[in-house]
Amino acid sequence: MTGRQDRVRDEAARSDDLYARLRRFEGRPAATAGVGKDPVNLPMIRHWCEAMGDDHPAYRGPDAVAPPTMLQAWTMGGLSGHTDRSPDYDALFALLDGAGYTSVVATDCEQEYLRPLRPGDRITFDAVIESVSDRKTTKLGTGHFVTTRMDVHAGGRLAGTHRFRILKYAPARAGGRPPRAEPPRRPRPVINRDNAGFWDGVAAHTLLIQRCTGCGRLRLPWLPGCVDCGAQEWDTVEAGGAGTVHSYVVMHHPPFPAFDPPYAVALVELAEGVRMVSNVVGVAYDEVRIGMPVRLEFLRVDEELELPVFRAGVAAEGSVATGGGEG
Amino acid sequence: MTLHRADTLGGRAAIAGIGATAFSKDSGRSELKLAVDAVHAALDDAGLRPADVDGLVTFTMDTSPEITVAQAAGIGELSFFSRVHYGGGAACATVQQAALAVACGLADVVVCYRAFNERSGRRFGSGVQQREPSAEGAALGWMLPFGLLTPASWVAMAARRYLHTYGLTPEAFGQVAVTDRRHAARNPAAYFYGKPITLADHAASRWIVEPLRLLDCCQETDGGQALVVTSVERARTLRRKPAVITAAAQGAGRAQEQMTSFSRDLTGLPEMGAVARQLWRTAGLAPADIDVAILYDHFTPFVLMQLEEFGFCAPGEAAGFVAADTLPLNTHGGQLGEAYLHGMNGIAEAVRQVRGSSVNQAPGASRVLVTAGTGVPTSGLILGADG
Ligand SMILES: [Zn+2]
Repeated sequence: MTGRQDRVRDEAARSDDLYARLRRFEGRPAATAGVGKDPVNLPMIRHWCEAMGDDHPAYRGPDAVAPPTMLQAWTMGGLSGHTDRSPDYDALFALLDGAGYTSVVATDCEQEYLRPLRPGDRITFDAVIESVSDRKTTKLGTGHFVTTRMDVHAGGRLAGTHRFRILKYAPARAGGRPPRAEPPRRPRPVINRDNAGFWDGVAAHTLLIQRCTGCGRLRLPWLPGCVDCGAQEWDTVEAGGAGTVHSYVVMHHPPFPAFDPPYAVALVELAEGVRMVSNVVGVAYDEVRIGMPVRLEFLRVDEELELPVFRAGVAAEGSVATGGGEG
Repeated sequence: MTLHRADTLGGRAAIAGIGATAFSKDSGRSELKLAVDAVHAALDDAGLRPADVDGLVTFTMDTSPEITVAQAAGIGELSFFSRVHYGGGAACATVQQAALAVACGLADVVVCYRAFNERSGRRFGSGVQQREPSAEGAALGWMLPFGLLTPASWVAMAARRYLHTYGLTPEAFGQVAVTDRRHAARNPAAYFYGKPITLADHAASRWIVEPLRLLDCCQETDGGQALVVTSVERARTLRRKPAVITAAAQGAGRAQEQMTSFSRDLTGLPEMGAVARQLWRTAGLAPADIDVAILYDHFTPFVLMQLEEFGFCAPGEAAGFVAADTLPLNTHGGQLGEAYLHGMNGIAEAVRQVRGSSVNQAPGASRVLVTAGTGVPTSGLILGADG
């Protein structure tokens, strides 16, 4: 099987897996026990009719009813936003965002009216995630349609339903290329005051190991003090770049947007004796082995991120690269 | 440095009640409701009422606070409440906390609980892709850009080294999976009730993170489990035979991380070694005295390492030890076979063994070892029959 076929197959599998996860949200609440901010009232009806240019007499006078198309208006959160959104709805959006479907567009809505709403009616509503479509490609881009159904109650009785469909999608690129999500970015390193110096070093293409100035112990990952003697004073030494694979894994499942499984992740023991998790480059995922000599290099992952990685099969200069894997 | 003497907590408290919800893939209930239902079930089992409870203990990871569980369960004032950190490593330590409170007279009846919708809600297995720049977040941050993102992957890194060191193949882990599933097959509460597997099934299951296959990994579960702890004297007056807390211990290793302790020898679990030493010292027991072991098994390789840390066999020999089937192991089916309740369901099984009511009862079992989460700072218990 060619690499391209592999990639197509992997993409299909990843897409199937995502769809299975998306479908688990079907039937879950999108909003629970929402309460309309205002009861049905004549001023809002009047404003609506004026804005719509609708002068139907049924919407005026002492026996006025609300225009049925105002159904959703009574449930809106106002300028404070959709505070009634459920954790499930947010989780569904997060999952789609994480898969690269970061844009959203409302596509259509349907309403059913069971009985008229009258001034004074108190509005409550519940919404459910009714369906999530499989992956669809549209002119806008590729993504999934999400349909929510809101049941609007007045005085505890169902007054109407409002079905709302959106497309969560990855925008198609300009220039007629086939629609595809932007390549998602790798997770960022977690940088704080205690380890920023390491990443400053990476930016300068050096791999800096902390050294306790109390007892001389070398330290990686970075921490403010020494596990051996507790001293808080330290300096750094620059790694020579030689290492061996101390252990490794091959990631198959679940898929992550920024990685293309299967891929290997290695625990590299540097010649200096400290270890770090990294990737081995220059060798297939299924050819990484414990004891394999590797050499430090720097990989530019995107415009923001550079990572220290290790090239396989390059024996250390002037050092013995055999015993390190057995530490 | 950890203790070098027996502690004085052993034998002063007992587990008097156990209770769980159904274990499922979609509970249809909130995590709070699961917690309350489990607490009520455990109190019913003990023959106690919510009003008898004056202490609650759970995991820091639990989403249902002690005060909210108390409100929704009909429990009034609390004089003791506590939470333990480090994921599943908290399991046995919740019981230790409860026993401490009971032994010191801080509380009379303490309920330990853990409940989650870990399958239908947020799944641990779906991995981590970002963390806040706290000390805890930064520790995991060293893994993330390189794609080491899931609990299975963190365990697999140690598992690969273990296989390499002892000249084994991934099939070694299959012994644990087969044993757990054999027990689960006879347990009606287990997700895999009636579904045993063979070594061939294990070897044919797909890779999750090499060298771990699907059948090396536990099932993510929705459910709740609770345990009632009180003094041995009080427990004797209640409905069930007490499961005496003969010894309880916590342990964290040197240069300990949460699942990613990669600077140390990867072939062992030093934090569990610390737990083991303390349990043996306080109980005055040795591996040969243990009738049943319930060893935390979110992933199979760490069951092997635990057997070695506790001294049931020599390093590198645990797969053969499991295959020989001389020690009843994970008789509820483990988290691989029954449910992944963050280790709390294993404590309930240890209680059933002491009571003589397990579906896979070890005849005459009177000393049962049970452990909490592995690869993290952890805890363990030895439970014993009264008298
Ligand atoms: Zn030092």
